[in-house]
Amino acid sequence: MADNRSFYNEILLDHNMHPGHKHELPDADMEMRGYNPTCGDDITMKLKLADGVVTDGAFVGSGCAISQASADMMLDLVIGKPKEEALRLADIFLRMIKGTASEEEIDELEEASALKDVSHMPARVKCAVLGWHTLEQMLNNEEK
Amino acid sequence: MVSDKDLLAYDYKKDFPLLANMDVAYLDNAATAQRPLCVIEAERDFYLKHNANPLRGLYQLAMEATDAYEDARTAVQKFINAKHFEEIIFTRNTTESLNLVAYSYALHNLQPGDEIVTTIMEHHSNMLPWRMAAAQTGATLKYIECAADGSIADEALAQAITAKTKIVAMAQVSNVLGRLNPVEKAVELAHKVGAVAVIDAAQSAPHMAIDVQKLDADFLAFSGHKMMGPMGIGVLYGKKKLLDAMPPFLSGGEMISMVSRDGQEYAPLPHKFEAGTVNAGAAAGLHAAIDYINSIGFDIIEAREAALTRLAFEGMRQIEGVRIIGSPNVEEHKGIITFTIDGVHPHDIAAILDADGVNIRAGNHCAQPLLDHLCTGATARVSLAFYNDEADVRRLLDSLKTIRERMGYGR
Repeated sequence: MADNRSFYNEILLDHNMHPGHKHELPDADMEMRGYNPTCGDDITMKLKLADGVVTDGAFVGSGCAISQASADMMLDLVIGKPKEEALRLADIFLRMIKGTASEEEIDELEEASALKDVSHMPARVKCAVLGWHTLEQMLNNEEK
Repeated sequence: MVSDKDLLAYDYKKDFPLLANMDVAYLDNAATAQRPLCVIEAERDFYLKHNANPLRGLYQLAMEATDAYEDARTAVQKFINAKHFEEIIFTRNTTESLNLVAYSYALHNLQPGDEIVTTIMEHHSNMLPWRMAAAQTGATLKYIECAADGSIADEALAQAITAKTKIVAMAQVSNVLGRLNPVEKAVELAHKVGAVAVIDAAQSAPHMAIDVQKLDADFLAFSGHKMMGPMGIGVLYGKKKLLDAMPPFLSGGEMISMVSRDGQEYAPLPHKFEAGTVNAGAAAGLHAAIDYINSIGFDIIEAREAALTRLAFEGMRQIEGVRIIGSPNVEEHKGIITFTIDGVHPHDIAAILDADGVNIRAGNHCAQPLLDHLCTGATARVSLAFYNDEADVRRLLDSLKTIRERMGYGR
């Protein structure tokens, strides 16, 4: 863990300190709470959907830099994308954290690829995937 | 008077193989302590030379195993100055000890309308068993609230403990605030109304001398692993007349005198409460931990921990953005300093400290209602033991000073 100095990189710190999507979304179509009981990360994800496309998204709550930055990067990536594409990207992200995504796939994640090293930090995996798991559940529930 | 510098001069780390061999500042002692070599060797020695199933075998080796186990009980009895040998029950840990009291005492003695009084600062282990007992018996669980500095006012105690009170449960030292609670007063008030007093000594037993007779506690629980003993051995002290009247907690082997097809007679104390094969190896390790503590003495242990706490507390107070939870007086922090840093989540504090070789705890410390009461949410916690040294504290402070900058502030 000696490389933790570099792990908190500029991209991550910037999304944590100045999250573009951390705000209320009064006319959201769906919302879901994601919670990590061990460390207290607690977010509520809010999405707007139209014709199968994620047209807007936001989150509120509190948590560590990794959980907050990860959720913010995710919304940067999935807003404007069809639901299936958002689910595909979430799947790549979750596999990146498990260490089973290819380099090409990781490139598709844009800034969220900055969290790649979490795959070597078991204690922080739950923080990194909180927003993505919540998104996955929301979009999958929507099908039913 | 001995100066802090003299107090901190002696190197205790050489007694602890992990600390002597690893380059870390271990400051999570309230979660679990490190073990000195003598403890590790005592447990090993049991399995190398005396291993057999204690309390039942009739051969020499089994008697040695029994002796190792029961000698440990005598050591614990002396350690907390219990009047009777059979008042010491071995469990797995504090949590199991408190559950034993909840299941075997509370469930059989509470009626609808009765009250259990505890405090908002309890560890979940001294809260959830009472909540269970209240739910099953129709009793009510009442919380005494503490002030922002962690203090519990005499009036708050006197108001909470009434004629309806049957159990008063309180930690001697809070695992978050590090503050010594008014347990003597709680015991006195409990006894005035005919209630029993249950003391959670998990955070006090490793750091100060306890005298259960002087305290007049009815039950007192602590863990071996927080006082340098092995994991998997804990203690419940209970007054003999209370334990005698209680039904067993778990049933099966080792806790009976006689079993027929349709009936059984339970073993006398303490074995009535020690069903199944016991952890004699860990008991032997706990015995060694007690001997080790006695060889140093609580006067030295307390003085050194106070000196280290002063050093950490004064240093942390001068770091921009650091906010210490609980009392502003260092004397009210028995080796525990819980804190936040403005704008930095505690989980990130712990991760950055870890990168610098400093081990601390972050989260809710199994005391969520307290943190809700104090409106802090998750926090970071430094907890010191006498074997820590000045270098550990300097390392903590040096790393803490860099955290806000490393998280992007003031760039």
